[in-house]
Amino acid sequence: MELEVDRERCIGAGMCALTAPEVFDQDLDDGRVMLLDSSPPPGHQAKARRALDVCPSGAITLVSRAGSPADPS
Amino acid sequence: MTEPPYTVTALPTMRPPGCPFDPPEELAQLREQHPLSRMVFPDGHVGWLVTSHALARAVVADPRFSSRHELMHSPFPGAISAERPPPAAPGMFIGVDPPEHTRYRKLLTGKFTVRRMRSLAARVEEITAEHLDAMERQGPPVDLVQAYAQPVPALMICELLGVPYADREFFQRHALALNNFDAVPEEQYAAYVALQEYLHALVLAKRATPTDDLLGDLAREELTDEELTNIGVLLLGAGLDTTANMLALGTFALLSHPGQLAALRADPGLADQAVEELLRYLSITHTGIRAALEDVELNGHVIKAGESVALSAQAANRDPERFADPDTLDLHRQATGHLSFGHGVHQCLGQQLARVEMRVALPALVTRFPTLRLAISSAEVPLRTNSDIYGVHRLPVAWDKE
Repeated sequence: MELEVDRERCIGAGMCALTAPEVFDQDLDDGRVMLLDSSPPPGHQAKARRALDVCPSGAITLVSRAGSPADPS
Repeated sequence: MTEPPYTVTALPTMRPPGCPFDPPEELAQLREQHPLSRMVFPDGHVGWLVTSHALARAVVADPRFSSRHELMHSPFPGAISAERPPPAAPGMFIGVDPPEHTRYRKLLTGKFTVRRMRSLAARVEEITAEHLDAMERQGPPVDLVQAYAQPVPALMICELLGVPYADREFFQRHALALNNFDAVPEEQYAAYVALQEYLHALVLAKRATPTDDLLGDLAREELTDEELTNIGVLLLGAGLDTTANMLALGTFALLSHPGQLAALRADPGLADQAVEELLRYLSITHTGIRAALEDVELNGHVIKAGESVALSAQAANRDPERFADPDTLDLHRQATGHLSFGHGVHQCLGQQLARVEMRVALPALVTRFPTLRLAISSAEVPLRTNSDIYGVHRLPVAWDKE
């Protein structure tokens, strides 16, 4: 699993930091997303996916790498 | 070939008798058969009503649907005005779209982060303990709305913004009038003007003597007095009349579901999930609105530019496609993804503050009073059916004194 964030799209709602704090945080000054771990270990992937789903601004994307094995789940 | 859209003649607002926590039954039928239906608004406008989770989310995430005040037709019963609403006043960021909205939001998001709000937990604990002590001293019965649900969030938002709590009677009364359908437009306008005058004076004072609080910080940003005043009105109003309803209605719901209440009492670690589930199950901000900026094809229909779309958060939050067994209150479920704080760029700015207040205040209340119960019958609890924010007007509670 590989993640990307778009800080310009981000509206700082904090849903990612709330849902998957091991993977996302918020900038202390402007509240926008900070990606702590762009390829989270299997134990954090379900939470990261949930964070992607609940992000209100669509600022988190899953990068699909050509040739890489399909992600489980 | 698409079927012509189904038309509803008004926003369903009647909750099933004896079920104060359930949405109007008609919404469930619509969600199943016509999740996007045409709806006649009280002013005669023929717009749309969305009742499924997937479609409601799609609309609020789509920049072709606007939040601009002047484009909105209100779906709520009550005062009907033939005139179009004016554009949002400068600073009223809930009523504008990007990029205007983005400018305001960026000034504010850093002040409402998960971390910052969690750092306030200790203060929420102190405030809740003080109010629970006062309830104990007073003895049962007590109106939980007056004694606990309103003052705890009110004190928090006042301290955060830098608004004198001593003035609460004044601004609480006006904040309530703003969200009341039964108030005539003149009353609502008077309440807004009163709040605006109050905040304007406060803003000028903070400009003159900077203070270490949110409004004091914003006074140093590039904002006009009018913008800062309206931001203050918005944040104060939003902080006063939202979490208060969740605390009171949430307590009513827990008292009506003794098994769930026992689970929360037994395991305070359940608090985070309990808060999300209560937000989903109760959906106090039950209906949102957007207006189409251009023709948009959605679910086999075309929503024309200029048409208003009402979004039923309470129907979406009970959508079985998203939440299994949606009509059951289950504090153990994964309720994240509910639309009670909205979705899209306007998702609630204060949601992390609301979460901290609830995750502290609800467990503190139910563990302090192990025998907490309603002091009147459920049927007698006066419900806030006349507002775009649902809740209870009063919640008399009692407990056994030791």
